[in-house]
Amino acid sequence: MEKITLASQLLQYLITGLTVGSVYAMVAVGFNIIYNVTEIINFAQGEFVMLGGLIMVFMNVAMGLPLILAFLATIILVTLVGILMDRLAIRPIRRPSVLTLIIATIAVSILIKGTASFIWGKDPFDLPAFSGRNPITFLGAVVQPQYFWVIGFLIVTAVALSIFFDRTIIGKAMSACADNPNAASLVGINVKQMILLSFALSAAIGAVAGITVTPISLMEYDRGAMLAVKGFGAAILGGLGSFPGAILGGLIMGSIESFGAGLISSGYKDAFALIVLLVILFFKPSGLLGSIEISRIKRF
Amino acid sequence: MLRIAKLPIAVFALAIMVFPWTAHRIPAIEHYPDIMVFAGIYCLITMGLSLLMGYAGQISIGHAAFFGIGAYISAILTTNYGMNPWACMVIGMAVTAVVAVLVGAPSLKLRGHYLAMATLAFGIIIFIIFNEEIEWTGGPDGMSGIPGLTLFGFEFNSVERYYYLVWGFVIAAFIFTVNVIQSGTGRALRAIHASEPAARAMGVDVSRFKILVFVYSAVLASLAGSLYAHYLNFVNPATFDLFFSIKLLIMIALGGMHNIWGAIVGTGLITFLSNEWLYYFEEFEVIVYGAILLFVTVLLPDGLAGVPGIVKGWFRK
Repeated sequence: MEKITLASQLLQYLITGLTVGSVYAMVAVGFNIIYNVTEIINFAQGEFVMLGGLIMVFMNVAMGLPLILAFLATIILVTLVGILMDRLAIRPIRRPSVLTLIIATIAVSILIKGTASFIWGKDPFDLPAFSGRNPITFLGAVVQPQYFWVIGFLIVTAVALSIFFDRTIIGKAMSACADNPNAASLVGINVKQMILLSFALSAAIGAVAGITVTPISLMEYDRGAMLAVKGFGAAILGGLGSFPGAILGGLIMGSIESFGAGLISSGYKDAFALIVLLVILFFKPSGLLGSIEISRIKRF
Repeated sequence: MLRIAKLPIAVFALAIMVFPWTAHRIPAIEHYPDIMVFAGIYCLITMGLSLLMGYAGQISIGHAAFFGIGAYISAILTTNYGMNPWACMVIGMAVTAVVAVLVGAPSLKLRGHYLAMATLAFGIIIFIIFNEEIEWTGGPDGMSGIPGLTLFGFEFNSVERYYYLVWGFVIAAFIFTVNVIQSGTGRALRAIHASEPAARAMGVDVSRFKILVFVYSAVLASLAGSLYAHYLNFVNPATFDLFFSIKLLIMIALGGMHNIWGAIVGTGLITFLSNEWLYYFEEFEVIVYGAILLFVTVLLPDGLAGVPGIVKGWFRK
């Protein structure tokens, strides 16, 4: 048994933190996509992650589909849930206001949670790691191969999204809705389609986060709310609406949580991220990379 | 919307007074006064929340925490230190008021989403504290042996006595809240809900009013928590989780958040739903709540309180 030094222990916390943080970053990116197009904060964002994990377990373990097929099938199913959410819960609201939109997304979130507990029960589920569970030792810290998958998927999503929003017509149209929905519809952009697309896209990213994290932390029906709050914390920390901010915020959030749990108290593991969220909200609501000017012109 | 007739309040108070007497004589609903005690306790919370959400347009998903703070302060001070329960109730309310100012003042300056998330995070943090500070709170197992209430030698030792105590508080709080709504404060709150810049332009001190209502609703929740602890003689953290905060939201949305009566009706319905009618479908319970909340939000924006208006609309055509 190798001697555990403080340095290697700190490294261990950092690596774990960055991995968990990647998941928060993906949730935060999901928040931002919907927020940028609609200015809605989707409280059901965490449920997409939970669904991604549990559906993947069902596809891969129960149905025995190969990894890649199960992966694609899961993403398609969760994306459908996102589309349904927009069509059934968001679009039909007659008098949209912050209050009703928040309540509607909360309703969807408990509806999804309730359905998941009905289908899968209350026990956590495990998913085989994508490339085995033989840990790699790195400078005294133990690294699960799955960690690389999580961080890798975060990078892939980030790159794909920035190409999508900067280089494609649809992506630019979505950004236009974010800036000014009325002007966007004047130049012929179908704002409703873009909103639908934003829900689909953010559900898909949630699913990716859920699929990749399940082999590390298992997944159960009631994980969504906590993931949503921490992901929102990450989004706020980085600056709501900013994609680089979301990624930075997620990684910082994950690290704070990991160091807090390791060095201060493991019982309060979940509280650290929330305290950070409150501190940011109270003292610098525009976040690290967000701008106050932009947050002023937002409707909500 | 601002004028609230006095007659229905009197009729309601009378109905509340005779209810246990009637229920006692009908075996099928013999145990309803017990559920009504809980409904009354929840009504205290939802009345304040209705003022906050429906009238001031601010959302809180953390009121379970204020409810819990009241309950735990009463529980800890009476069982471990043998203090007078009524004094503890007041201490609980005072502590809650301070906490509410600390949480509310910074977040109420922000917009809708931020207050929702801040209260949500606050609620979860308090829930974690209830679970982790085992020396104080007994951890997940909770605390038992909380004494019942007595007043000048009169012991509150039966369901009926608690029923009248709790509903006495509810009716007092109701009348007070109605007076607030019909006063200048109520009009200021409506103005804030309609448009903050416009309200500000008319000289309404927006953040002061928002904080005031937030603190008022938190203090009512704390009072409810103290009553809950003494009635049940037992508290544990599971009562004060995130889902309870959401349940409060469902009660208000179902009844109609723009109407103080809505809070009472919604709370009564949801309390009976969860304690009595939904008892058999434990697994479905959450789905039913989600469906109710979604249905109301999408199709009945004014809740059940808006139904008479819709029906009238049909006949007018």
